[in-house]
Amino acid sequence: MKRINFIKLLSKSAIVIATGNLFGTVLHAATKSVSVTISHVKRYALGIQIEKCIGCGNCVLACKTENDVPKEPFYFRTWVERYLIKKNDDVVVQSIEGGAGKLSTEMEEKDILRSFFVPKLCNHCEKPPCAQVCPVGATFKTEEGIVLVDEKRCIGCSYCIQACPYGARYMHPEKHIADKCTLCFHRIKSGGIPACVEICPTQARVFGDLESKASPLIRLKRMKKIHVLKPELNTEPKVFYTDLDGEVK
Amino acid sequence: MGKIKLNINIFQNKGFKDGYVMNKFPDQIIRIAIVFAVLIGIVIAIKLFAIPPELQEQGIFRTSAIERELDHPSQFAGSEICSDCHDEEYDLKLNGYHSTLSCEVCHGAALAHTEEPDEFTPDIPNKRRLCAICHTYNLSRPTGFPQINPYAHNPLEPCITCHNPHDPVPPESPRECVACHANIARTLSVSPHVKLECTTCHATPDEHKVHPRSVRPGKPENRAFCGKCHDRGSDRKDAPKIDVSSHGQNGEKYLCWQCHYPHLPEID
Repeated sequence: MKRINFIKLLSKSAIVIATGNLFGTVLHAATKSVSVTISHVKRYALGIQIEKCIGCGNCVLACKTENDVPKEPFYFRTWVERYLIKKNDDVVVQSIEGGAGKLSTEMEEKDILRSFFVPKLCNHCEKPPCAQVCPVGATFKTEEGIVLVDEKRCIGCSYCIQACPYGARYMHPEKHIADKCTLCFHRIKSGGIPACVEICPTQARVFGDLESKASPLIRLKRMKKIHVLKPELNTEPKVFYTDLDGEVK
Repeated sequence: MGKIKLNINIFQNKGFKDGYVMNKFPDQIIRIAIVFAVLIGIVIAIKLFAIPPELQEQGIFRTSAIERELDHPSQFAGSEICSDCHDEEYDLKLNGYHSTLSCEVCHGAALAHTEEPDEFTPDIPNKRRLCAICHTYNLSRPTGFPQINPYAHNPLEPCITCHNPHDPVPPESPRECVACHANIARTLSVSPHVKLECTTCHATPDEHKVHPRSVRPGKPENRAFCGKCHDRGSDRKDAPKIDVSSHGQNGEKYLCWQCHYPHLPEID
């Protein structure tokens, strides 16, 4: 074969492959957009009404039961913090066994100006710092906006635990992977609600779809004053707090 | 091959002098362009065919991770399903103060019970400990949330003796007595004697309501009255037992209520 012919053949085949690919990509994108318009993509999030939380710790225990979180009191996917703000503006934050333990006040009641409970969990950020730092791409965001960890991919390097500004992750002592709240992905995908929401006795936790106007969460966001944790970090958290005190970090 | 001759050989390209000219670019540019085109083609081909579809889906992660997550077994059933069999308790709860509570808050995770009702029985909590988790006084709890001091509030007695957990309300003293004796009623409400009617110990003539000072209700007049529950021979199981006839330092000299306050009797 002459060189000129070979080059011609090469260029032709390149063109054919490129057009084929382009066509395939366009087709793929088209089918995807069609499926998006048909089934409305949900965007799950959580609301927490601080004024309703009684700090009973039932959510902490329910999460551990539902998600096989180790029972030892160092591992939590969700936990409850107790804030005690003293008259001299000192802030004491307690979380005894993640909020499920026996609470005790060692300081005098008259020294305390105000006090409340703050349940915490993964904020399922729109821009999750934990996913950005993962060197193996084990942490990812689903189309519903839920931040998950691929157990098979995670190498347990703990970068994400360092990167999370909310301290929402922990190193699983047996699996040696960074574990975190999945918003009970297995429950919500089959139409349920997360275990912590199910079990909260005062319904301080509100679960819902941000894309649906009828969801209880949208109603909460409409009726109450809403704030998120550390908005200045631009992580765009999706756990919305009502009645959040300025001292809560 | 077509024999179209385009004599716009402006670059005086020797190699293509008498063949047809593909274009007006120099030879070396064309070669580089072809190499690049081929490389791009290969990259696209790898992206489309060589990478497994689960890696391509929705960015960088594997859909298998989502499937693994979905396979995770549930433990909590949710409370709607409970009403299928336990509709009486469910309806009672629905209209009471505990309407916001899911059944599994107290009875524990019970999906297994909904699948195999006979194999797995959920907890039936009847200890003080469980209620105290939410209702022990804590200054951080929201104002208005019902809280008690478990050491002063009718100690050792299981909460369910006085409060129906499916419809918890404070036991009420008769309105007609509380109207004047609210102080006693409040004290009585946390005492072991809360379940007793006022008239159990106080024989109250109807005129007492009309002439409260001149017609007075009665009080127990002998030790045997308290002994009906507290004597060693009594069948009343939950009352502390003593020997009524010989109890106390001075024998039968005093009546029980002269030392013990019956509306809030001490426990030990």
